[in-house]
Amino acid sequence: MIDLALQVGQTAAPEATLFWILAPLSVVAALGMLLVKKAVHSAILMAFVMIALAIFYIAQGAPFLGIVQVVVYTGAVMMLFLFILMLVGVDSSDSLTETIRGLRPIAIIGAVGFGGLMVSLLARATLGRNAVGVEAVNADGNVQGIANLLFSTYVWPFEVVSALLITAALGSMVLAHHHRIQTRPTQRELSIQRFRSGSLANAAGLPAPGVFARHNAVDVPALLPDGTAAAASINASLKARGDVLNSSAFELGTVDTSAGEEK
Amino acid sequence: MNAANYLYLSALLFTIGAVGVVVRRNAIVVFMCIELMLNAANLSFVTFSRINGDLNGQVIAFFTMVVAACEVVVGLAIIVTIYRSRRSASIDDASLLKR
Repeated sequence: MIDLALQVGQTAAPEATLFWILAPLSVVAALGMLLVKKAVHSAILMAFVMIALAIFYIAQGAPFLGIVQVVVYTGAVMMLFLFILMLVGVDSSDSLTETIRGLRPIAIIGAVGFGGLMVSLLARATLGRNAVGVEAVNADGNVQGIANLLFSTYVWPFEVVSALLITAALGSMVLAHHHRIQTRPTQRELSIQRFRSGSLANAAGLPAPGVFARHNAVDVPALLPDGTAAAASINASLKARGDVLNSSAFELGTVDTSAGEEK
Repeated sequence: MNAANYLYLSALLFTIGAVGVVVRRNAIVVFMCIELMLNAANLSFVTFSRINGDLNGQVIAFFTMVVAACEVVVGLAIIVTIYRSRRSASIDDASLLKR
Protein backbone atom coordinates (compact mmCIF):
# COMPACT_ATOMS: atom_id res chain seq x y z
CA MET A 1 0.00 0.00 0.00
CA ILE A 2 2.80 2.39 0.92
CA ASP A 3 4.58 1.40 -2.28
CA LEU A 4 1.47 2.20 -4.28
CA ALA A 5 1.19 5.65 -2.66
CA LEU A 6 4.81 6.32 -3.49
CA GLN A 7 4.27 5.25 -7.07
CA VAL A 8 1.32 7.61 -7.47
CA GLY A 9 3.23 10.51 -5.95
CA GLN A 10 6.40 9.90 -7.88
CA THR A 11 6.73 10.07 -11.62
CA ALA A 12 8.20 7.18 -13.55
CA ALA A 13 11.96 6.86 -13.86
CA PRO A 14 12.14 7.50 -17.63
CA GLU A 15 10.26 10.73 -17.14
CA ALA A 16 12.67 11.80 -14.42
CA THR A 17 15.59 11.17 -16.78
CA LEU A 18 13.83 13.15 -19.49
CA PHE A 19 13.17 15.99 -17.08
CA TRP A 20 16.69 16.20 -15.70
CA ILE A 21 18.15 16.26 -19.20
CA LEU A 22 15.69 18.66 -20.83
CA ALA A 23 14.96 21.03 -17.94
CA PRO A 24 18.56 22.26 -17.44
CA LEU A 25 18.93 22.52 -21.22
CA SER A 26 15.79 24.61 -21.54
CA VAL A 27 16.86 26.87 -18.66
CA VAL A 28 20.26 27.32 -20.31
CA ALA A 29 18.55 28.08 -23.64
CA ALA A 30 16.25 30.60 -21.95
CA LEU A 31 19.23 32.28 -20.30
CA GLY A 32 21.03 32.27 -23.64
CA MET A 33 18.04 34.08 -25.11
CA LEU A 34 18.81 36.96 -22.77
CA LEU A 35 22.54 36.91 -23.33
CA VAL A 36 23.02 36.45 -27.07
CA LYS A 37 23.35 39.63 -29.05
CA LYS A 38 21.56 38.75 -32.28
CA ALA A 39 17.80 38.51 -32.39
CA VAL A 40 17.94 35.50 -34.75
CA HIS A 41 19.95 33.47 -32.24
CA SER A 42 17.40 34.40 -29.58
CA ALA A 43 14.65 33.10 -31.86
CA ILE A 44 16.42 29.77 -32.37
CA LEU A 45 16.95 29.34 -28.62
CA MET A 46 13.29 30.25 -28.05
CA ALA A 47 12.25 27.55 -30.52
CA PHE A 48 14.34 25.06 -28.54
CA VAL A 49 12.66 26.04 -25.26
CA MET A 50 9.24 25.68 -26.92
CA ILE A 51 10.01 22.21 -28.25
CA ALA A 52 11.29 21.20 -24.80
CA LEU A 53 8.04 22.44 -23.28
CA ALA A 54 6.05 20.48 -25.86
CA ILE A 55 7.91 17.32 -24.80
CA PHE A 56 7.11 18.11 -21.16
CA TYR A 57 3.43 18.50 -22.02
CA ILE A 58 3.38 15.12 -23.74
CA ALA A 59 5.24 13.55 -20.82
CA GLN A 60 2.65 14.98 -18.44
CA GLY A 61 -0.35 13.40 -20.13
CA ALA A 62 -1.27 16.34 -22.35
CA PRO A 63 -0.46 15.02 -25.85
CA PHE A 64 -3.00 17.36 -27.48
CA LEU A 65 -1.37 20.44 -25.95
CA GLY A 66 2.08 19.10 -26.85
CA ILE A 67 1.14 18.76 -30.51
CA VAL A 68 -0.61 22.16 -30.49
CA GLN A 69 2.50 23.66 -28.89
CA VAL A 70 4.68 22.34 -31.72
CA VAL A 71 2.23 23.36 -34.44
CA VAL A 72 1.25 26.76 -33.08
CA TYR A 73 4.41 27.92 -31.34
CA THR A 74 7.39 26.35 -33.04
CA GLY A 75 5.50 26.27 -36.32
CA ALA A 76 3.42 29.40 -36.72
CA VAL A 77 4.57 31.82 -34.05
CA MET A 78 8.32 31.27 -34.43
CA MET A 79 7.98 31.39 -38.21
CA LEU A 80 6.19 34.73 -37.84
CA PHE A 81 8.97 35.96 -35.58
CA LEU A 82 11.65 34.91 -38.06
CA PHE A 83 9.66 36.45 -40.90
CA ILE A 84 9.46 39.79 -39.09
CA LEU A 85 13.16 39.52 -38.24
CA MET A 86 13.93 39.15 -41.94
CA LEU A 87 11.71 42.15 -42.66
CA VAL A 88 13.25 44.33 -39.97
CA GLY A 89 16.81 43.25 -40.71
CA VAL A 90 18.51 40.06 -39.61
CA ASP A 91 21.58 41.77 -38.25
CA SER A 92 19.63 44.23 -36.13
CA SER A 93 21.62 43.45 -33.01
CA ASP A 94 20.79 45.04 -29.70
CA SER A 95 22.62 48.07 -28.52
CA LEU A 96 24.14 46.89 -25.28
CA THR A 97 24.26 50.31 -23.68
CA GLU A 98 22.05 50.85 -20.67
CA THR A 99 19.53 53.57 -21.35
CA ILE A 100 18.26 53.68 -17.77
CA ARG A 101 21.16 53.75 -15.36
CA GLY A 102 21.35 50.80 -12.99
CA LEU A 103 18.54 48.95 -14.75
CA ARG A 104 20.46 45.72 -15.17
CA PRO A 105 21.58 45.23 -11.54
CA ILE A 106 18.09 46.14 -10.35
CA ALA A 107 16.55 43.69 -12.84
CA ILE A 108 18.90 40.90 -11.73
CA ILE A 109 18.30 41.57 -8.03
CA GLY A 110 14.56 41.73 -8.66
CA ALA A 111 14.65 38.50 -10.63
CA VAL A 112 16.62 36.66 -7.94
CA GLY A 113 14.15 37.95 -5.36
CA PHE A 114 11.10 36.98 -7.42
CA GLY A 115 12.53 33.59 -8.37
CA GLY A 116 13.49 32.88 -4.76
CA LEU A 117 10.01 33.86 -3.62
CA MET A 118 8.34 31.58 -6.15
CA VAL A 119 10.61 28.63 -5.42
CA SER A 120 10.26 28.95 -1.64
CA LEU A 121 6.51 29.32 -2.02
CA LEU A 122 6.31 26.20 -4.17
CA ALA A 123 8.58 24.30 -1.83
CA ARG A 124 6.27 24.99 1.08
CA ALA A 125 2.99 24.65 -0.79
CA THR A 126 3.59 21.32 -2.44
CA LEU A 127 5.41 19.42 0.27
CA GLY A 128 3.80 16.06 0.97
CA ARG A 129 1.24 16.35 -1.81
CA ASN A 130 0.78 13.40 -4.08
CA ALA A 131 0.04 13.98 -7.73
CA VAL A 132 -3.26 12.41 -8.80
CA GLY A 133 -2.22 12.06 -12.44
CA VAL A 134 -4.41 12.53 -15.49
CA GLU A 135 -4.57 8.84 -16.38
CA ALA A 136 -8.15 8.55 -15.05
CA VAL A 137 -9.49 11.62 -16.88
CA ASN A 138 -7.56 10.64 -20.00
CA ALA A 139 -9.16 7.19 -20.03
CA ASP A 140 -11.30 8.02 -23.08
CA GLY A 141 -8.42 9.82 -24.70
CA ASN A 142 -6.92 13.22 -24.02
CA VAL A 143 -8.47 14.92 -27.04
CA GLN A 144 -11.93 13.60 -26.17
CA GLY A 145 -11.52 14.77 -22.57
CA ILE A 146 -10.52 18.29 -23.62
CA ALA A 147 -13.29 18.41 -26.24
CA ASN A 148 -15.87 17.40 -23.62
CA LEU A 149 -14.84 20.34 -21.44
CA LEU A 150 -14.33 22.77 -24.31
CA PHE A 151 -17.76 22.23 -25.82
CA SER A 152 -19.69 22.12 -22.55
CA THR A 153 -18.25 24.18 -19.70
CA TYR A 154 -16.09 26.41 -21.85
CA VAL A 155 -18.28 26.80 -24.92
CA TRP A 156 -18.89 30.50 -24.30
CA PRO A 157 -15.19 31.40 -23.77
CA PHE A 158 -14.47 29.30 -26.86
CA GLU A 159 -16.83 31.44 -28.95
CA VAL A 160 -15.36 34.63 -27.48
CA VAL A 161 -11.89 33.39 -28.40
CA SER A 162 -13.00 32.92 -32.00
CA ALA A 163 -14.13 36.56 -32.04
CA LEU A 164 -10.75 37.51 -30.60
CA LEU A 165 -8.94 35.61 -33.36
CA ILE A 166 -10.93 37.34 -36.09
CA THR A 167 -10.39 40.73 -34.45
CA ALA A 168 -6.65 40.09 -34.21
CA ALA A 169 -6.44 39.03 -37.86
CA LEU A 170 -8.37 42.11 -39.01
CA GLY A 171 -6.40 44.39 -36.69
CA SER A 172 -3.05 43.15 -37.96
CA MET A 173 -4.23 43.59 -41.55
CA VAL A 174 -5.26 47.18 -40.82
CA LEU A 175 -1.95 47.85 -39.05
CA ALA A 176 0.16 46.32 -41.78
CA HIS A 177 -1.76 47.99 -44.57
CA HIS A 178 0.20 50.83 -46.01
CA HIS A 179 -1.18 53.65 -48.10
CA ARG A 180 0.75 54.92 -51.09
CA ILE A 181 1.32 58.63 -50.66
CA GLN A 182 1.68 59.19 -54.41
CA THR A 183 0.21 57.18 -57.25
CA ARG A 184 2.56 54.72 -58.85
CA PRO A 185 4.18 56.23 -62.01
CA THR A 186 3.16 54.47 -65.20
CA GLN A 187 5.62 53.15 -67.75
CA ARG A 188 4.77 56.05 -70.06
CA GLU A 189 5.45 58.63 -67.36
CA LEU A 190 8.76 56.96 -66.51
CA SER A 191 9.78 56.99 -70.16
CA ILE A 192 8.91 60.68 -70.56
CA GLN A 193 10.82 61.45 -67.38
CA ARG A 194 13.91 59.64 -68.71
CA PHE A 195 13.97 61.68 -71.89
CA ARG A 196 13.26 65.04 -70.24
CA SER A 197 15.86 64.65 -67.48
CA GLY A 198 19.23 66.40 -67.76
CA SER A 199 21.12 64.16 -70.17
CA LEU A 200 20.08 61.65 -72.79
CA ALA A 201 22.75 59.19 -71.62
CA ASN A 202 20.26 56.90 -69.87
CA ALA A 203 17.35 57.46 -72.22
CA ALA A 204 17.59 53.92 -73.57
CA GLY A 205 17.75 52.46 -70.05
CA LEU A 206 20.65 51.77 -67.74
CA PRO A 207 23.54 49.65 -69.01
CA ALA A 208 23.35 45.95 -68.11
CA PRO A 209 25.95 44.63 -65.66
CA GLY A 210 28.58 42.07 -66.51
CA VAL A 211 31.51 42.15 -68.86
CA PHE A 212 31.23 40.55 -72.24
CA ALA A 213 33.33 37.44 -72.91
CA ARG A 214 35.49 37.60 -69.78
CA HIS A 215 32.96 37.80 -66.99
CA ASN A 216 29.20 37.92 -67.08
CA ALA A 217 27.52 38.44 -63.70
CA VAL A 218 25.27 40.96 -61.97
CA ASP A 219 27.90 41.76 -59.38
CA VAL A 220 30.46 43.09 -61.89
CA PRO A 221 29.95 46.51 -63.44
CA ALA A 222 29.92 46.69 -67.25
CA LEU A 223 32.86 48.28 -69.04
CA LEU A 224 32.34 51.47 -71.00
CA PRO A 225 33.90 51.88 -74.49
CA ASP A 226 36.82 53.74 -72.91
CA GLY A 227 37.56 50.76 -70.65
CA THR A 228 36.29 52.17 -67.35
CA ALA A 229 33.62 50.60 -65.19
CA ALA A 230 30.04 51.81 -65.64
CA ALA A 231 28.78 52.49 -62.10
CA ALA A 232 25.18 52.82 -63.31
CA SER A 233 25.11 49.20 -64.47
CA ILE A 234 25.14 47.84 -60.92
CA ASN A 235 22.02 47.37 -58.80
CA ALA A 236 21.91 49.97 -56.02
CA SER A 237 21.06 47.45 -53.30
CA LEU A 238 23.95 45.18 -54.33
CA LYS A 239 26.22 48.20 -54.05
CA ALA A 240 24.78 49.10 -50.64
CA ARG A 241 25.42 45.57 -49.38
CA GLY A 242 29.01 45.74 -50.59
CA ASP A 243 28.58 42.69 -52.82
CA VAL A 244 30.01 44.31 -55.95
CA LEU A 245 33.16 42.83 -57.45
CA ASN A 246 35.89 45.15 -58.60
CA SER A 247 35.91 45.25 -62.37
CA SER A 248 39.45 46.59 -62.63
CA ALA A 249 40.67 43.06 -63.39
CA PHE A 250 38.59 43.13 -66.56
CA GLU A 251 39.47 46.64 -67.69
CA LEU A 252 41.13 47.26 -71.02
CA GLY A 253 44.65 47.85 -69.71
CA THR A 254 44.89 44.46 -68.02
CA VAL A 255 43.20 42.38 -70.71
CA ASP A 256 45.69 40.04 -72.28
CA THR A 257 45.67 41.06 -75.97
CA SER A 258 48.69 38.94 -77.04
CA ALA A 259 46.41 36.27 -78.50
CA GLY A 260 44.94 38.83 -80.90
CA GLU A 261 48.34 40.17 -81.93
CA GLU A 262 49.70 36.76 -82.94
CA LYS A 263 47.27 36.50 -85.80
CA MET B 1 10.97 12.73 -9.10
CA ASN B 2 8.10 14.83 -7.85
CA ALA B 3 5.71 16.43 -10.35
CA ALA B 4 6.32 19.72 -8.52
CA ASN B 5 9.71 19.93 -10.24
CA TYR B 6 7.87 21.14 -13.33
CA LEU B 7 6.54 24.01 -11.23
CA TYR B 8 10.06 25.00 -10.24
CA LEU B 9 11.10 24.93 -13.90
CA SER B 10 8.06 27.01 -14.76
CA ALA B 11 8.94 29.60 -12.09
CA LEU B 12 12.54 29.77 -13.38
CA LEU B 13 11.47 30.23 -17.00
CA PHE B 14 8.95 32.89 -15.99
CA THR B 15 11.60 34.79 -14.07
CA ILE B 16 14.05 34.60 -16.97
CA GLY B 17 11.37 35.89 -19.32
CA ALA B 18 10.58 38.77 -16.98
CA VAL B 19 14.26 39.76 -16.80
CA GLY B 20 14.41 39.63 -20.60
CA VAL B 21 11.46 42.01 -20.94
CA VAL B 22 13.18 44.49 -18.64
CA VAL B 23 16.76 44.17 -19.89
CA ARG B 24 16.59 43.65 -23.66
CA ARG B 25 16.08 46.61 -26.01
CA ASN B 26 15.13 44.92 -29.27
CA ALA B 27 11.33 44.90 -29.51
CA ILE B 28 11.28 41.44 -31.11
CA VAL B 29 13.42 39.91 -28.38
CA VAL B 30 11.24 41.57 -25.74
CA PHE B 31 8.27 40.01 -27.45
CA MET B 32 9.88 36.58 -27.43
CA CYS B 33 10.51 36.96 -23.71
CA ILE B 34 6.81 37.69 -23.19
CA GLU B 35 6.08 34.47 -25.09
CA LEU B 36 8.49 32.65 -22.78
CA MET B 37 6.55 33.94 -19.76
CA LEU B 38 3.25 32.78 -21.28
CA ASN B 39 4.76 29.37 -21.99
CA ALA B 40 6.05 29.10 -18.44
CA ALA B 41 2.56 29.84 -17.13
CA ASN B 42 1.19 27.18 -19.49
CA LEU B 43 3.64 24.62 -18.12
CA SER B 44 2.40 25.26 -14.59
CA PHE B 45 -1.22 24.97 -15.77
CA VAL B 46 -0.49 21.58 -17.31
CA THR B 47 1.40 20.48 -14.20
CA PHE B 48 -1.42 21.54 -11.91
CA SER B 49 -3.82 19.70 -14.19
CA ARG B 50 -1.79 16.57 -13.61
CA ILE B 51 -1.39 17.13 -9.85
CA ASN B 52 -5.15 17.57 -9.41
CA GLY B 53 -6.17 14.96 -11.99
CA ASP B 54 -8.38 17.49 -13.76
CA LEU B 55 -8.37 18.53 -17.41
CA ASN B 56 -9.50 22.10 -16.70
CA GLY B 57 -5.88 23.22 -16.45
CA GLN B 58 -5.14 21.88 -19.93
CA VAL B 59 -8.15 23.72 -21.37
CA ILE B 60 -6.94 26.97 -19.78
CA ALA B 61 -3.47 26.36 -21.25
CA PHE B 62 -5.13 25.86 -24.64
CA PHE B 63 -6.91 29.22 -24.29
CA THR B 64 -3.63 30.85 -23.29
CA MET B 65 -2.06 29.54 -26.49
CA VAL B 66 -4.86 31.02 -28.60
CA VAL B 67 -4.60 34.39 -26.88
CA ALA B 68 -0.80 34.30 -27.25
CA ALA B 69 -1.15 33.65 -30.97
CA CYS B 70 -3.48 36.68 -31.31
CA GLU B 71 -1.07 38.75 -29.27
CA VAL B 72 1.86 37.79 -31.49
CA VAL B 73 -0.01 38.69 -34.66
CA VAL B 74 -1.06 42.14 -33.45
CA GLY B 75 2.22 42.84 -31.65
CA LEU B 76 4.35 42.00 -34.65
CA ALA B 77 2.12 44.17 -36.84
CA ILE B 78 2.73 47.05 -34.42
CA ILE B 79 6.49 46.39 -34.51
CA VAL B 80 6.45 46.42 -38.31
CA THR B 81 4.47 49.68 -38.32
CA ILE B 82 6.90 51.31 -35.89
CA TYR B 83 9.83 50.00 -37.91
CA ARG B 84 8.36 51.46 -41.07
CA SER B 85 8.14 54.96 -39.62
CA ARG B 86 11.30 54.94 -37.48
CA ARG B 87 13.63 52.46 -39.25
CA SER B 88 14.42 50.89 -35.91
CA ALA B 89 13.12 47.99 -33.83
CA SER B 90 14.49 49.32 -30.56
CA ILE B 91 11.92 49.99 -27.87
CA ASP B 92 13.89 53.05 -26.71
CA ASP B 93 13.29 54.86 -29.98
CA ALA B 94 9.52 54.89 -29.61
CA SER B 95 9.57 57.59 -26.94
CA LEU B 96 7.51 60.32 -28.56
CA LEU B 97 5.19 60.63 -25.57
CA LYS B 98 8.13 61.32 -23.25
CA ARG B 99 9.22 64.47 -25.01
